[in-house]
Amino acid sequence: MSKAEILGQIRRGLGRTGATETARNAVSARLEAKQANLIPARAQLPEKACQQLFIEMASEAAADVIELKNIKLLPKAIATWLAEQDIHELVSAEDGPLSDICKQLPDTLHIRKGVAQAGDLASLTTAFLGIAETGTLMLYSRPDSPTTLNFLPDNHLVVLNRQDIVGVYEEAWAKVRGLNQGKMPRTVNMITGPSRSADIEQKLQMGAHGPRRLAIFLIG
Amino acid sequence: MNITSPDFKENARIALKDVGLQKALGNVKTGFPHKRATAMERLPEFDQLRDEARDLKNHIIEHLDLYLEAFEAKVLENGGHVHWCRTSEEAQKTILKICQEKNAKTVTKGKSMVTEEINLNEYLEANGVTPVETDLGEYILQLRGEHPSHIIAPAIHLNLEDVSETFHSHHHKPKSMDPAVLMQEAREELRNKFVAADVGITGANFLVAETGSSIIVTNEGNGDLTQILPKTHIVVTSIEKVVPTLEDMTLFLRLLARSATGQEFTVYNTLSTGPRQEGDQDGPEDYHVVLVDNGRSEMIASELREMLRCIRCAACMNHCPVYGAVGGHSYGWVYPGPMGSVLTPQMIGIEKGALLPNASTFCGKCESVCPVRIPLPKLMRYWRRNEFEKHLTPKTSRWGLGIWGFFAKRPALYRQLSKLSNATLRALSRKQARISKLPLARGWTEHRDMPAPSGKTFMQLWADKQQGQNKPQSEHYS
Repeated sequence: MSKAEILGQIRRGLGRTGATETARNAVSARLEAKQANLIPARAQLPEKACQQLFIEMASEAAADVIELKNIKLLPKAIATWLAEQDIHELVSAEDGPLSDICKQLPDTLHIRKGVAQAGDLASLTTAFLGIAETGTLMLYSRPDSPTTLNFLPDNHLVVLNRQDIVGVYEEAWAKVRGLNQGKMPRTVNMITGPSRSADIEQKLQMGAHGPRRLAIFLIG
Repeated sequence: MNITSPDFKENARIALKDVGLQKALGNVKTGFPHKRATAMERLPEFDQLRDEARDLKNHIIEHLDLYLEAFEAKVLENGGHVHWCRTSEEAQKTILKICQEKNAKTVTKGKSMVTEEINLNEYLEANGVTPVETDLGEYILQLRGEHPSHIIAPAIHLNLEDVSETFHSHHHKPKSMDPAVLMQEAREELRNKFVAADVGITGANFLVAETGSSIIVTNEGNGDLTQILPKTHIVVTSIEKVVPTLEDMTLFLRLLARSATGQEFTVYNTLSTGPRQEGDQDGPEDYHVVLVDNGRSEMIASELREMLRCIRCAACMNHCPVYGAVGGHSYGWVYPGPMGSVLTPQMIGIEKGALLPNASTFCGKCESVCPVRIPLPKLMRYWRRNEFEKHLTPKTSRWGLGIWGFFAKRPALYRQLSKLSNATLRALSRKQARISKLPLARGWTEHRDMPAPSGKTFMQLWADKQQGQNKPQSEHYS
């Protein structure tokens, strides 16, 4: 009922009674083409320069970026980072190398797998991509990487492979469409630095409701 | 929400004398415009992106029916639900029904101006469902029983002392004047509410037709906790938010944060596509999109169509001298500033909203910063004309315009009169550059000086210039 009335009102406003052939073609062409609009020159760079831009932009957004030559150095780097914050527990996703990594973490660390709970101090996930343009991490939901890990704990530790850094969002969307035969994951998170708010007198405070700190372990 | 737009003049008078408010408004003027300018400078393509965004929005509006249908089909395909609501009442009932079906006692809410527009909180509360605002600014306002005074910085009218006082009386903790401590208190208070909520309600910055996704843009992460923890996620949004593809959404995201807070990108940009998928360990089991019309579809046929391009960045109010002087509450309803002066008369009626499009000097700053190039002064003028045609303009204004019109049509007389008033104003200024008191114009001189005419009228200067040009030019070259 309301749907027909709303669509009818829109069509009256546009001066047509139904959907004309031309209008239908214009819409399906645009939805099919998935054409890029103007892409800023900033992140259309050679690979190395792109990776450097990612590090700069993520750091500017107040993320910690820890560069590691190879993945073998990861367990120690995670252990050190957590020890520095005096954190002795970790809740981890289970995809990619994470299960292996967790096995190599010190015994003193209490490790749990799966979803995050209120009160968790630190989580560990992988990132699907890094986007150099704005220093943004892209993550997506799947059975072995629950989304609560990205938001509930006080500290979010993210593993990103250097070769998974792309320049701009347009490159990221092409890769997202390549997941699960084009079916979108339930959620795609773009995360640029830790949580913050300036709602009190426009003064920026870090750590509003999401993680207070975001640590990116950049491998390779 | 009580509409006080007809009392704009009185609201403004009170606001101008409110010391606390004036202090808080200082933060708008110094903060946002500067940050936006810096962000713009860092992106040389910014103005080209604005042109593309304007054109794309025009394309979307011309095909709005089809993009909405495409969006709906995708949401259904993903296992979600779409509800079409013509009015606030329909939207309220639809949302309540979903809450009741889930036996919901509490509902967490991410920041959403459309839920303000449909007065959702009061309605839910009256029907036994407790809404909990989770955005820090909105949370502060809910405790104080107030409404937002700005569309992206809802508590911008408050000072630290106000927040400190409010938290002290509600949280029963020692009073603090440290914003970090206050934010920590809110974080702790809300943590359990996030987990306990039965339903999470968020808005949407955009809806993507290609994928059937909604996206929210937040810095705090409250919107994400609101939509991933409860069993049901309801997206309450309006029909003009739909965009064709992820690439098209990206065009708007490149403009939104920069125009709003001056950030390169907002911290959390989250796409939601339907309910939890097979094997997922978290996320909502139900995903609903409530599409609110509320007068928007009617705007397509009128000159107001261009207003449907608005992406709610708030740049217009951040740069508006009137908003900066009187604050958002003076506008008397949900949407303040220049965008509100265009939208409010459409939604509450020109009879109640007529003063808002009149509260502008047409300085044009709003239009010059709008990321989708909405001609806001032109649209305010549309309402002024509409008001005049409906004979809603006060008698004194109509008489004034009539008298001005009489002289304007008689140039010789007009010139004599402007010479005379020029001389009078100069006499009143007692040779100062500014006039601090002017009879019949106290409304002006109470809050600022009137600049005194500096010399001859424009017509006199023009005549002199023409004469000068006709003189032999030799002296200029000697």
